[in-house]
Amino acid sequence: MTQHSRDLSRRRLLFGGAALSAGVVLAGCTSNETAPTAAQTKAAAAGGNADPGKRVTIGFSAPAADHGWIAAITNNAKAQAGAYSDVEFKSVEAGADAAAQRAALSTLISQKPDVIVLLPHDGKELNAFGLEAMKAGIPVVNLDRAFPDARAYRLQIKGDNYGMGVAAATYIVEQLKAKGVSNPVIGEIPGIDSLELTQERSKGFADTLAANGLKVANRRPAEFTADSGQQAATGLFQALPKIDALWNHDDDQGIGVLAAVNQANRKEFFMVGGAGSKKAMEDIQADNTVLKATVTYSPSMASSAISLARLIGQGKGMSDLVELQVPKEIVLASETITKENAGNYLKLGF
Amino acid sequence: MSEMSPTATPERAAGLPAQSPPVDPAETAAAAAKSDAPGRLSWWRGDGGEGAKRNLGLLATLVVLVVIGILTRPDLYGNASWVWGNTLTILKLASVVGVVTVGMTFVIIGGGIDLSVGAIVALAGVWSTTVATQSYGAGGMIFSALTVGLAVGLVNGLLISYGRLVPFIATLAMLVAARGLAAEISDKQTQVSTNATINGIASTELLGIPLLVYILAAVVVAGWVLLNRTTFGRRTVAVGGNPEAARLAGINVRRHTLLLYALSGLCCGIAAIMLTAQATSAQAAMANLYELDAIAAAIIGGTLLSGGRGTIIGSLLGVVIFSTITNLFAINNVSIEAQNMVKGGIIVAAVLVQQVQFRSLTQFLGRNRATTT
Repeated sequence: MTQHSRDLSRRRLLFGGAALSAGVVLAGCTSNETAPTAAQTKAAAAGGNADPGKRVTIGFSAPAADHGWIAAITNNAKAQAGAYSDVEFKSVEAGADAAAQRAALSTLISQKPDVIVLLPHDGKELNAFGLEAMKAGIPVVNLDRAFPDARAYRLQIKGDNYGMGVAAATYIVEQLKAKGVSNPVIGEIPGIDSLELTQERSKGFADTLAANGLKVANRRPAEFTADSGQQAATGLFQALPKIDALWNHDDDQGIGVLAAVNQANRKEFFMVGGAGSKKAMEDIQADNTVLKATVTYSPSMASSAISLARLIGQGKGMSDLVELQVPKEIVLASETITKENAGNYLKLGF
Repeated sequence: MSEMSPTATPERAAGLPAQSPPVDPAETAAAAAKSDAPGRLSWWRGDGGEGAKRNLGLLATLVVLVVIGILTRPDLYGNASWVWGNTLTILKLASVVGVVTVGMTFVIIGGGIDLSVGAIVALAGVWSTTVATQSYGAGGMIFSALTVGLAVGLVNGLLISYGRLVPFIATLAMLVAARGLAAEISDKQTQVSTNATINGIASTELLGIPLLVYILAAVVVAGWVLLNRTTFGRRTVAVGGNPEAARLAGINVRRHTLLLYALSGLCCGIAAIMLTAQATSAQAAMANLYELDAIAAAIIGGTLLSGGRGTIIGSLLGVVIFSTITNLFAINNVSIEAQNMVKGGIIVAAVLVQQVQFRSLTQFLGRNRATTT
């Protein structure tokens, strides 16, 4: 955006604030569009699988959630598709719930894409859609939220929620051991508690702590938003006058958790985040907050899903593997980002 | 609400006026709207002291909650500085919803409902934290949050009073639309506030008391004065109690309804700045379900959902009770699910109590009339 147009939009924002009708116009000027970084997509390198091949139409659907991670999923998928000259990308927004996503997807089927990539609201609720599309001869790539029925997908690519909990607990145990803390007080701030992914994360965390003879002292779920994170953390701090370690499942939510840390002036513990946002990585690198690490759950999986969907559409395999076809299931590893390696991961932050 | 109000009219038409036939409803509303004579004001100021009694009941509930806290966590409650800090934390966590609830109380007393408050907080918060707005500094952010809140409230009010939409529908539509616009403006990203002045609002203390608590107190005092000591307040009660009578009494019901929703929107603008400061960021999904928290707090505070009755102090106590329950469950490490069930139970209990009181009042009046005539 040029300086001139930005000044104009500022003035309009300030004086036109009262007129809601101006909002839609302004949205375009004032929104902080974040393009995916080049590193989150993989440009078509010369040779092998990346060479232009058969034209593939990929249908895509992700929930229209108001969350940085979901936004990054959509942006990454779009950018990755754009990196291939032989891919046509057809995106439908999923709306607010499973029913809305089913409706959106049925319009997608009628356009007969070669492959469908979708991040379902809930894998269980959209399992039937997967079956339907597969029956219609359209391979389905499930992104992140697994279908329970193996016939409902050609490929499942997802993050490792249980592994995230394991990674967070492993880091916390190591640090506590290194500091020689006995009977540590460990807090946990998960996201939306009714989601299976949250339960898996918490289970991985609890299991790993238990294997080391430790347990969570208090657990206050939030809603994946900064304001709910702030309130959950404030509640947790009242319950635990002294904390040794804290795991917050989500870095967007973590903005609020860190705000609560500052407001309560609590610096006696260290904190581990989750997902790997750019801000979290910068905070870890700067090392001036209680946030010392985060465990990844990278939205770059959307880019990988598009790449693999293209290969499926072209009937190719992954060239590093012996197999002639793309595998059925890929689970990303949850990596631990600390001050030492944050530099390597910063380009993957969203 | 307009004179076609679906909720307020039947209740009142079949209720109070019918119980006291000698008093013409229009005359009553006129008295409420025009007279300053204390004797004639007693009926609207809270059912002859019943509001005060209810507030005592709410205070007693609070005391019970604190006692439960003391019994379950004697280790924490044994520490005086923790207790003081905890009290301030409860008030701080109540402050944002509290400000929203004051606006909501006016709307409900006026016979309406505002389901869009959470969405307005989100839209105002997101708008004030966009890059363009932040570049104007704290003043620009506060100005835009208040303006956006007020503007959305005005749109609600226009739709309801002049567009004759049912409040439930109009504000439900606004709930969806405002969150949509907020998501659009924020590009679905969490907008981090880098303004130290704004973020400082959440951690600033004056004389050991957080600034957020002062803001809540100021809004509550302003709301109390507006409701109990001004023509605006009297008209609000009259409009909510019996819009037709209020209209006959010469009150511009439409304009008044418009102002009530604008007031609610303005409160949301104030709340947006407070919440943005607390979370040092804003996003389209923030202030999730605040509309339900505010309505629940107003109702357990004694505000009649059909309009015409309610107190600001009752609403404040309602918010603080909810905030205290959350705190109680947090310090005892009890799940959010259990907490929500208890909150639900409290809302049902409060409404049941309201109905029992209303019924016994009706019977009492009926008996009285029978003996005097």
